[in-house]
Amino acid sequence: MTDQTLTPAEIADFHCLAGIVVPASTRYKVPGADDDAIFADILNSLERDTDPVRVALALLRTHAGGSFAALSPARRAEVAAKLRADGGTPVAVLTRNVLLCYYRDPRVMVSLGLEARPPFPKGHVVDQGDWSLLDPVRARPPFWRPAPR
Amino acid sequence: MNDKVDVLIVGSGASGAAVAWSLADTKMRIVCLEQGDWMKQSDYPTNGTDYDSRLFRDFATSPNIRKRPSDYPINDDASPIKVVNFNAVGGSTVMYTAHYPRLHPSDFRVRSLDGVADDWPIDYQTLDPFFAENDRMMGTSGLAGDPAYPPHQPTMPPLPLGRSGTKIAQTMNKLGWHWWPSDTALATTEYEGRAPCINLGHCTPACAQGAKASTDITYWPAAIRAGVELRTNCRVREISVGPDGMANGVIYYDANDVEQFLGAEVVILACNGVGTPRLLLNSVSGKFPSGLANSSGLVGKNLMFHPWSHIYGYVDEPMDGHRGPPLCIWSQEFYETGKDRDFVRGFNFQFNRGMPVATEAVNTEAAGLVPWGDGHHDAFRALMGHRLTVGVCTEDLPEEHNRVTLDPVLKDRHGIPAPKIDYTIGDNTNRMLDFAVARAREIMDAAGARHVGVIRPLPLSGWHLLGTARMGHDPERSVVNGWGRSHDVKNLFIVDGSVFVTSGGVNPTSTIQAVALYIADKIKQRLATLFD
Ligand SMILES: Cc1cc2nc3c(=O)[nH]c(=O)nc-3n(C[C@H](O)[C@H](O)[C@H](O)COP(=O)(O)OP(=O)(O)OC[C@H]3O[C@@H](n4cnc5c(N)ncnc54)[C@H](O)[C@@H]3O)c2cc1C
Repeated sequence: MTDQTLTPAEIADFHCLAGIVVPASTRYKVPGADDDAIFADILNSLERDTDPVRVALALLRTHAGGSFAALSPARRAEVAAKLRADGGTPVAVLTRNVLLCYYRDPRVMVSLGLEARPPFPKGHVVDQGDWSLLDPVRARPPFWRPAPR
Repeated sequence: MNDKVDVLIVGSGASGAAVAWSLADTKMRIVCLEQGDWMKQSDYPTNGTDYDSRLFRDFATSPNIRKRPSDYPINDDASPIKVVNFNAVGGSTVMYTAHYPRLHPSDFRVRSLDGVADDWPIDYQTLDPFFAENDRMMGTSGLAGDPAYPPHQPTMPPLPLGRSGTKIAQTMNKLGWHWWPSDTALATTEYEGRAPCINLGHCTPACAQGAKASTDITYWPAAIRAGVELRTNCRVREISVGPDGMANGVIYYDANDVEQFLGAEVVILACNGVGTPRLLLNSVSGKFPSGLANSSGLVGKNLMFHPWSHIYGYVDEPMDGHRGPPLCIWSQEFYETGKDRDFVRGFNFQFNRGMPVATEAVNTEAAGLVPWGDGHHDAFRALMGHRLTVGVCTEDLPEEHNRVTLDPVLKDRHGIPAPKIDYTIGDNTNRMLDFAVARAREIMDAAGARHVGVIRPLPLSGWHLLGTARMGHDPERSVVNGWGRSHDVKNLFIVDGSVFVTSGGVNPTSTIQAVALYIADKIKQRLATLFD
């Protein structure tokens, strides 16, 4: 059985790592993935990915030689780079969970120039585009290959 | 319920729905057993802001990831291409992207034209009226006049070109290569009670607007109105056979997981190119020790997937990005065999617009284009909404070692042995992929794209499941005859993608459904002599 909750130590390391994957930006006026609301969303959404995330966090701890959260910022950056390089599927799953939650946060969406809403029911507008581009193709004789019956 | 019906259909997807609707006008008692349930548009991912996340969960394309109660596991470890499907009323059409080309006339005659594989026992002209009937029932969008095809008339106008289509069209014109707006099964106008596409951006994990023609909202309402009974959450374990060697019904687990028997005069399988051979191989008896309808030994063999690759890049101008259906235009410049190439047959280019924002973030990070840390925001913002993708759909030739068997260990939640896939990409297809990827790179170059990447093959692209119970005249070289009846068991029919003799180089569902309607028509014509 999967234990759906991470330990406080795992959460502390994960929180620090999330802020490294996507840091806050004053230029774009967006929080990092370690923002309280975003990180809570990440934790609440892990579900069936809890196990691989736990594996990634264990590797992080190994690379850190203990608590990742307790390291200096410079050392954290080194350890995170190593984790990204050799972490394989569990780290890909962890990163995916961070990004999927980050890029649905209303503040982030607005900063990207997008509306913070589900696609349905409003939908989106797509222009017709330039149909005159089809003229040279229309002028082409049929080129499908006839076949014997 | 130990009753007996005239016609028992297993599977309610693309082909099961079509055959049920067509046979309904015989007024026979028809029951369809479907292992999944009805879906609700209000539950579909684009109703919420977590829609990208659900692609990795309850709307994942792989049943091994999705793990809904209606799913069965598939051991595809021995295949570079993983099976994707959906198990519910509507089958995999709930999940499909609805790219809706027909096979071409040449696809039915590959032995005569190119000396490989086998000719089909039927041809394009025979299927033409059934393609048209299916187009009317599903509702198709597109533009008549494509020089790559015999004339046909989609029922609705094409999808908009948008920014992405315009860019691709300019590029293809620069190269002098064919392109045309794709035929799709997406409604672009109101159609038979369906609302038009509003560019939600997600077609594949089910359409919340109902613009996509999944058979739960096209054929099934009409079939049920005409008297067909659809029993959901009913998983068929095996087809049972009487002392006369004819199928006499099926054993299935009902919605309460209770084992049931349903007798039938005629059994029709529509479980797709993996589910149908699985069911036949699980239907072992003294008379049929190696599985039902398997005297040829070909049940499960000749599996074809259409090995698929994606070539992507990023252009300077903003593209449609997360807006609009992924579908847009196709190119069949290289569809037919070319004399100067080192492979026979050909492929279709399927151009995609873009992808939702969070999915784009996941992909660009995984591709190493977007870093962790300080450079993250600049890198991602430069790429978001600038993607062009070309999908390559290659013709896969039938090879017997590519096959579906039963896994000796893996079982579904009812204890029924699960399918196992053994598959390698053939030499002809690999040479075709070399050529196609090189041409796709030329397209990216001509478009001025940067960061061009190739995913070959796309792992989760086993969406076209074909060939595992092929049709043919010769009982030693095929499983069903030219109108879908098993050579061995004369009241057993197969109507899904299993019956394909060759794969063609385009998405198959339009042809699967046309073949299903053709088989239904043959059944209706021969009712008095069906088992002769
Ligand atoms: C992600 C994705 C994208 C796709 N995109 C396209 C596209 O753009 N264009 C295209 O042409 N095709 C596409 N396809 C493929 C298309 O969906 C299939 O070709 C088509 O649905 C196959 O029809 P079918 O009738 O053979 O089987 P399905 O539609 O798969 O239906 C089989 C049905 O049988 C049921 N079943 C199976 N076994 C049992 C059993 N033992 N008991 C009871 N019920 C059973 C299943 O639950 C299912 O409902 C896509 C598929 C996927 C998954």
